[in-house]
Amino acid sequence: MLVWSKSGRIATWAVAVPLFLLIYGLPIGVIVLASVSGQWNDILPTKLTLAHYSDAFRADSFDALKGSLVTGVVASGAALVCGTWAALALRKMKPVPRRILDLFFFIPSAVPSVSIGLGLLVAFSQPPLLLNGTKMIVLIAHFVLISAFTYGNVTAGLSRLPIDCEQVAESLGARPFYRLRRVTLPLLAPYLIAAFSLSFALSMGELGATVMVYPPGWVTLPVRIFSLSDRGAIFDAATMATILGAATLLVLIGLSRISTKAMVR
Amino acid sequence: MAEATVMERMPASSKPVVASASAAAASGSRIGFEDVSVTYGSLTVLHSFTLTVNPGEIVALIGPSGSGKTTALRAVAGFVKPSSGRILIGDRDVTYLAPYDRKIGMVVQNYALFPHMRVDENVAFGLRAHGAAEDVIRKRVPECLAMVGMAAYGKRYPRELSGGQQQRVAIARALAPRPQVLLLDEPLSALDAQIRRSMLDELAKLHRDLPNLTVLYVTHDQTEALTLANHIGIMRDGRLQAFGGAQSLFRHPPNRFAAEFLGRANLLPASDLQPGEGDRAHVRFGGTVLSARNHHRLPKGSDCLVCVRPHDFRFTRTATEPNSIGGTVVSVQWQGDVHNITFEAGGQTVRMTSTPMASPPAIGEAIAVHFDPDEVTLVPEDARHG
Repeated sequence: MLVWSKSGRIATWAVAVPLFLLIYGLPIGVIVLASVSGQWNDILPTKLTLAHYSDAFRADSFDALKGSLVTGVVASGAALVCGTWAALALRKMKPVPRRILDLFFFIPSAVPSVSIGLGLLVAFSQPPLLLNGTKMIVLIAHFVLISAFTYGNVTAGLSRLPIDCEQVAESLGARPFYRLRRVTLPLLAPYLIAAFSLSFALSMGELGATVMVYPPGWVTLPVRIFSLSDRGAIFDAATMATILGAATLLVLIGLSRISTKAMVR
Repeated sequence: MAEATVMERMPASSKPVVASASAAAASGSRIGFEDVSVTYGSLTVLHSFTLTVNPGEIVALIGPSGSGKTTALRAVAGFVKPSSGRILIGDRDVTYLAPYDRKIGMVVQNYALFPHMRVDENVAFGLRAHGAAEDVIRKRVPECLAMVGMAAYGKRYPRELSGGQQQRVAIARALAPRPQVLLLDEPLSALDAQIRRSMLDELAKLHRDLPNLTVLYVTHDQTEALTLANHIGIMRDGRLQAFGGAQSLFRHPPNRFAAEFLGRANLLPASDLQPGEGDRAHVRFGGTVLSARNHHRLPKGSDCLVCVRPHDFRFTRTATEPNSIGGTVVSVQWQGDVHNITFEAGGQTVRMTSTPMASPPAIGEAIAVHFDPDEVTLVPEDARHG
């Protein structure tokens, strides 16, 4: 810590804690509170209820939760495979083509998600690539948006791998796929898990592109939250937002525990 | 082209072979560099390198950082592609062969144990990569761990071992698939001095137990090279500056760089070489005539360097002995088991080492030292590296 005096530290905490609560705590607190509100006409809710949660696990809302989880897992999994493959392939390339392709892989992260959604809508609305109105176009939209982050995470991980381990493995007779399977990927595991976690979190919260391309019957949670709040069902929207946050957090905590185990090794 | 010629052959180890240990290595193969060059863009890091490591030999490549010694080793391993020349392991041209097809064992400075595998899994790695049967693996892994004194540590993870233990495991892992040659890239550099000395003894013992194993050993530490190697190659700027039997190279360095790098010899500039009895010659150092061995048959009348190792000087207070040099003491250091004395003589700074003295000379005191001409050699003056 840069502040050494006790009074200085107390003053710093006195500013930091309220600021943190105001910026992060208050919005989350209000959403959680709204999710259990039956009526809210004053500074605090006047009636508390769990009815919104029982509604959330029925029909449309539960389908939206399933849709988000499936989209997040599938798109993140695909992005992880492709991002890892790209990062491994580019590692062996000469500097100039590597930099060019590096830039190419990072482009989706620099383009607004609405533009990606619109681009996909235009690109896949004509035969022979007619994907408009299918689940696949939602998965593709999420894959495009998160793949840059996955690629970036895996590339960063690869740059920190001890090259000696891989070379010694080869000297011991390990062919490329055996080395990849037994040495490179296990050493890379913490970075792969981190990449998957980030991608999953991004996918779970994605709205801009999804709202442009989602078909009837494959609504994600953010889209559902958006439509509920648009209809004025604020308490239901808050409930869905709380569930979205909790589900994402649970998955991330699970992945973090696996990652910590891999790191310790 | 830096043609390496063997100056002296060390006798093969006469120690008995330990049966279980000898099984851990295949019959050694020759390593051959034939006119190998390595370039990165316009930078040549290895120039026409030619060297042969005979089966069962340990050859140490030593040299300062950037001298090309690790590049040479990595070229044998297959991690550096030569721009020209050939690399042979046994009779096979491996120049363009992938590392995994070269049948080598490699140990690197930072051990490079696989952190996610237990010790026994690390040692079994090469065997599994080669598709060895499980019963072979079950037999060979404990055998290799026992060879390096790590039999009790098979179920531990590398992070639970000390640096010396990790390096032992790395050696066992390299030997388990019975490689034709073993490449050691500064294997002791990351260890502290005490463990390094003990590991050096263990490496020497290992080679006595595996006398057929061919070893290329890269180090910047001359003690490691002198202790382990049958032959030593001294490298500088990507070229082989000197190559020969360890003792021969130490006693009769062929040039200034070899003399200075291997043993930090005193090189006294001398002139007017005159042949003497046998291989002795007389030269003039300042106003003094000195006798030394003319091992390299330098021509009569030539200028040269008198190569005297610090421990070859005998200390006296007055110049009464033949081959004496007078000088003034510049510094005296007591290091427990030795006294290091530096003195100025004939415009040169000269270092000598002696057993601890009861009354060492004082700084500024005039002293004399002499040497046995049979222990001192004449080295050609090398203007390029002077």
